[in-house]
Amino acid sequence: MTALIEVRDLAVTFGSGRQQVRAVRGVSFDVEQGESFGLVGESGSGKSTVLRAICGLAPMTGGTVHIGGKPLKTPRDPAFYQQVQMVFQDPYGSIHPRHTIDRVLSEPLAIHGFKDAETRIERALEDVGLGRGFRFRYPHQLSGGQRQRVAIARALILEPQILLLDEPTSALDASIQAEVLNLLDALRVDKGLTYVLVSHDLAVVSHMCRRLLVMQHGQAVEELTRDALQARAATKDYTRQLLVASEGFKAP
Amino acid sequence: MTDMLQVKGLNVAFPSRDGPVRVVRDVSFTLGRERLGIVGESGSGKSQTGRAILGLTPASGTVTADRLTFDGIDLRKASARTWRSLRGPRMSMIMQDPKYSLNPVMTIGRQIVEAYRRRGNAARGDARSKAIAMLEAVQIRDPERVFRAYPHELSGGMGQRAMIAMMLIAEPDLLIADEVTSALDVTVQLDVLKILDDLVRDRGMGLIFISHDLRLVSSFCDRVLVMYAGRVVEQIAARDLKNAQHPYTQGLLNCLPQIDGDSAPLPTLTRDPAWLA
Repeated sequence: MTALIEVRDLAVTFGSGRQQVRAVRGVSFDVEQGESFGLVGESGSGKSTVLRAICGLAPMTGGTVHIGGKPLKTPRDPAFYQQVQMVFQDPYGSIHPRHTIDRVLSEPLAIHGFKDAETRIERALEDVGLGRGFRFRYPHQLSGGQRQRVAIARALILEPQILLLDEPTSALDASIQAEVLNLLDALRVDKGLTYVLVSHDLAVVSHMCRRLLVMQHGQAVEELTRDALQARAATKDYTRQLLVASEGFKAP
Repeated sequence: MTDMLQVKGLNVAFPSRDGPVRVVRDVSFTLGRERLGIVGESGSGKSQTGRAILGLTPASGTVTADRLTFDGIDLRKASARTWRSLRGPRMSMIMQDPKYSLNPVMTIGRQIVEAYRRRGNAARGDARSKAIAMLEAVQIRDPERVFRAYPHELSGGMGQRAMIAMMLIAEPDLLIADEVTSALDVTVQLDVLKILDDLVRDRGMGLIFISHDLRLVSSFCDRVLVMYAGRVVEQIAARDLKNAQHPYTQGLLNCLPQIDGDSAPLPTLTRDPAWLA
């Protein structure tokens, strides 16, 4: 069986000459259909850049990405965006502040030429647990958690197969984070979605994903299953460091 | 021993179209030479509590308190002159975001030297070597470069550490750390906590550690205040946090995902209007 997403030796380089930054250097992983796959690492490890490269938001300078067995086209065509959608970290920055929720959700539908905007918008809002009452509000009238739900609704409205989640809860309070994680999990099961989840928080990834890849300095450190993580069976020092750090402060 | 900081019945309110909004309500606590954590969600009033203690409430807000003393000085009636002698040398605050709290057009070195010279008549050369030593103390590997750098030339973690160096060089008796580690990577977080821990241990500083991260606070602080909608709903020793009584504290603890947890839906927090009463 072939994987739904196949990433091989992905490289992303920004700039040239002395200014050159090699943000991702040769990262490979497979994600199966219906699976939730985690990318973990600290800031600057290149984990978000991997997602952005898949989406066409960062230049791929090496390697290949296959989705459903087909190589990606550059620039990505509309069919790609019907299959793959992204949810960004900051719900305060990713939604147009002067557009109503209705307009935010209509835009992808208009771009892709969907006719049944009315029913789709209502269904997307229901799916993320907001309800119709929110349709004509502005982002500033919503809380952070509600905005992130709108961002998820916007990603879902085209009925994609794959969601790329870039730190979807790190801007939210712990109690709201639990709600959004539960929502994402329920949606994945209901709609048979495939997730690639990026997070700096090992606990979030271990909760959401059966397999994960630890990254550092743009390179893959190691791939682990959730069971191996829970058994603390990390083979690399860096992963062990992360595990220790996630347990909180210990007085010397 | 009397407590360094005494707060009783602290209220902070901001005017709005619908009348005053009370963001801090009847908060009382005392602080000795220890690590006190204040935890709560955004909007629970934890940062405003910290700001009110330092007299940094925005001008539109009103602060009232039955008692607000620092080392026997009544802060409610403090003059601008008193405040100047207190802020910096005696009590200071590390803000959340180094991007906004450092002066963007001054080098890190000048800012630290300024903070040091403000507390006395230190010689310029002396201040410089002291600043470099302080940058070293906060685990900055190349202090000479950071001394000459502007804030935009540093990463978030470096900026945060530079800011900590600036606050600590004045050797305050009371330090309020407002979400200092939230923007940092987990491994850097522990370095910064270690620095703060050493200061409390070795210099007998009092620390108020404001954070939304209940797990971190419980592993770092001695005592924790849990705030909800401007109120302190529970005050508890950090090691007893697992046996917290208030449903809000319990809810906050349980809704965190855990590495060893299963993938069952996380318990979510149900808010009881009675908590506001």
